[in-house]
Amino acid sequence: MNFLVKLFTGIFSVTFFQSAITQGITLLYGASGEILTERSGNLNMGIPGIMYMGGIGSLAGAFLYEQGTGRPNGWIGVLCAILGCLILSFLGTLIYCVLTITLKANQNVSGLALTTFGVGLGNFMGGSFSKITGTAGQITVYTTGQAFRTKIPFLSDHLGIFGQLFFNYGFLTYLAILIAAAATIFLFRTRHGLALRAVGENPAAADAASINVTRYKYWATLVGGMIAGFGGMYFVMEYLGGTWQNNGFGDRGWLSVALVIFAIWNPSRAIWGSILFGALYILFAYVPLGQAFQELFKMAPYLVTIIVLVATSLRRRKETQPPASLGLSYFREDR
Amino acid sequence: MKEPWVRVVKRDEISLARKIWVRVAAILISLLVCAFFIYAVTRSDPADVYRSLVDGAVGSSRRSWSTIRDTMILLAVSLAVTPAFKMRFWNIGGEGQILAGGIITAAFMRYCGDSMPTPLLFLCMIVSSCLAGLIWAVIPGIFKAHWNTNETLFTLMMNYIAIQITAFFSIVWEAKKGSGTIGIINQKTKSGWISTSFLSGLFGKFNYSLNLIIVLALMIFMYIYLKYTKHGYEIAIVGESENTARYAGINVKKVILRTVALSGAICGFTGFLLVSGSSHTISTSTAGGRGFTAIIVSWLSKFNPFMMLLISFFLVFMGNGATQIASEFKLNESASEVIEGIILFFIIGSEFFVNYKLVFSHSNKKEEAA
Repeated sequence: MNFLVKLFTGIFSVTFFQSAITQGITLLYGASGEILTERSGNLNMGIPGIMYMGGIGSLAGAFLYEQGTGRPNGWIGVLCAILGCLILSFLGTLIYCVLTITLKANQNVSGLALTTFGVGLGNFMGGSFSKITGTAGQITVYTTGQAFRTKIPFLSDHLGIFGQLFFNYGFLTYLAILIAAAATIFLFRTRHGLALRAVGENPAAADAASINVTRYKYWATLVGGMIAGFGGMYFVMEYLGGTWQNNGFGDRGWLSVALVIFAIWNPSRAIWGSILFGALYILFAYVPLGQAFQELFKMAPYLVTIIVLVATSLRRRKETQPPASLGLSYFREDR
Repeated sequence: MKEPWVRVVKRDEISLARKIWVRVAAILISLLVCAFFIYAVTRSDPADVYRSLVDGAVGSSRRSWSTIRDTMILLAVSLAVTPAFKMRFWNIGGEGQILAGGIITAAFMRYCGDSMPTPLLFLCMIVSSCLAGLIWAVIPGIFKAHWNTNETLFTLMMNYIAIQITAFFSIVWEAKKGSGTIGIINQKTKSGWISTSFLSGLFGKFNYSLNLIIVLALMIFMYIYLKYTKHGYEIAIVGESENTARYAGINVKKVILRTVALSGAICGFTGFLLVSGSSHTISTSTAGGRGFTAIIVSWLSKFNPFMMLLISFFLVFMGNGATQIASEFKLNESASEVIEGIILFFIIGSEFFVNYKLVFSHSNKKEEAA
């Protein structure tokens, strides 16, 4: 009884909800990007690596700016961070695209190699950047980090608990939800979205309907990769406040891939799914059973994903299946 | 009519010479790019850096044996995922299956290390680690065989469940309270450790020759199993086309389950090799991403066990060498992953030039004219 009281008072609190959202936003970026990618038939296993690259890219961009000027302005820092994030996650995804779309290499293999590369590059630059640029100490961008953490003025502190629950976050949080909503509208309400889904289901049929399969695959994967890169930037800038932790990002990239399954390839479901995953991700800290059992509770999001995966395959409903050509390269002559 | 300036055509026949020179060229170009990367971050002569890379990988007897040991582990995991892979079952859960085998091995070493006679202890460790890996792989296998549940994602999730179970035992068994690590198991008695002085007359006082012999035997077994047995033939057919297999009277579900079980069991066995034969402890990073790298190794070697040996050695050589560079130039040791990634990109990309050819439209016209 005492145990349950402790658990529930912990879970039904403002801080629990807030940290669930904070954890969830990273996953939401990753999942929105990966859903867009997978809808084109590309299973991008490189997403974890791309998120590392986006994170370190944003940090490098802001760092170079803050080092270059005497009195850095936080918002210019934000712009530099976004630019750096976009550049690195674009380049990372481009490698994947060239390998899998143009060179028709195996997607799983290319993706896993990209993850090895991206995670390595992130940790390498995070650990060695200050040495390479000849400055001392840990690489941090305090001013830019604070700008990323700026909450919505007025709304966050004048609406009582409502404001604390919903307006207590930096702008990237709202951008994540906007992007997920926009991706949903794009995929299910526009002509291009329909074409993209057709490419993911049956590229040969799409090709016959004069849809440029290669172009759609490139666009969806590149834009998806850059959205996922924002997840890394969110983690580095808003969650860590503008610094790098070696391997601090952890397995969030794979969790984003899991969230794609949970959301059944629909970004709008990923919005609440990400908050749920965020809650599951931190649930362990609220379970008063000692440190060892807390480790067991950390598997909650993965278990839930397995259950969803099994349930969707058992039900075999048409609307809830993965894109039919997921994981396959398209070569015209193979039809 | 508008004609694209270049077309991609699949090659009908691929000569051995072409297979070799394309890949050698890819590796050479990747080494050049790596040299550029190393120069960009260290600003020292790449030739010097490559020299210290070689030194780091095979510079001393001890370093050479570590390189051999790591090569054998990577080779074992690659061999493990191969049969499933040839059947088009994407077992990317090697990581989890290794850990499952590793945990059980560590448990036997801890609890029975002093009480059991050595042969019995090893028998228990080997059998139970194989079983643990097997179970970890067969769970997704059952769902794949019966309901076509996506095995790539299922096995991936199983990794994290195994990682959390490992984290759980890391705390339950922790050496010092609050450290969260198990420490070296049986450091004094060395019971349950694979001997590192086997055939010391031949290989020197400190060696991993037992690991070497076991995994090379496994490699030959896998070569024969895939190429010359009925099981291997069935795997190839199911991988090519499930419908063909069904017409030929092959019980597809049975083949899937049997192959996945074998794959998982070998992964579990690798967990035993890692814990008993190399690290003598277990942590969440014991498998160290090898389950993923093995997929790449297996794919690049086109399921040929001997090629796997070559590629595993090359990757481990570069990785261990890069770790040395990183420590010499006080860089982060993730440099080795960056280098590994660059090399992999080039080898993966080079497959295109082995399998396809480019036909330019102007050369086409010449042909027509002639």
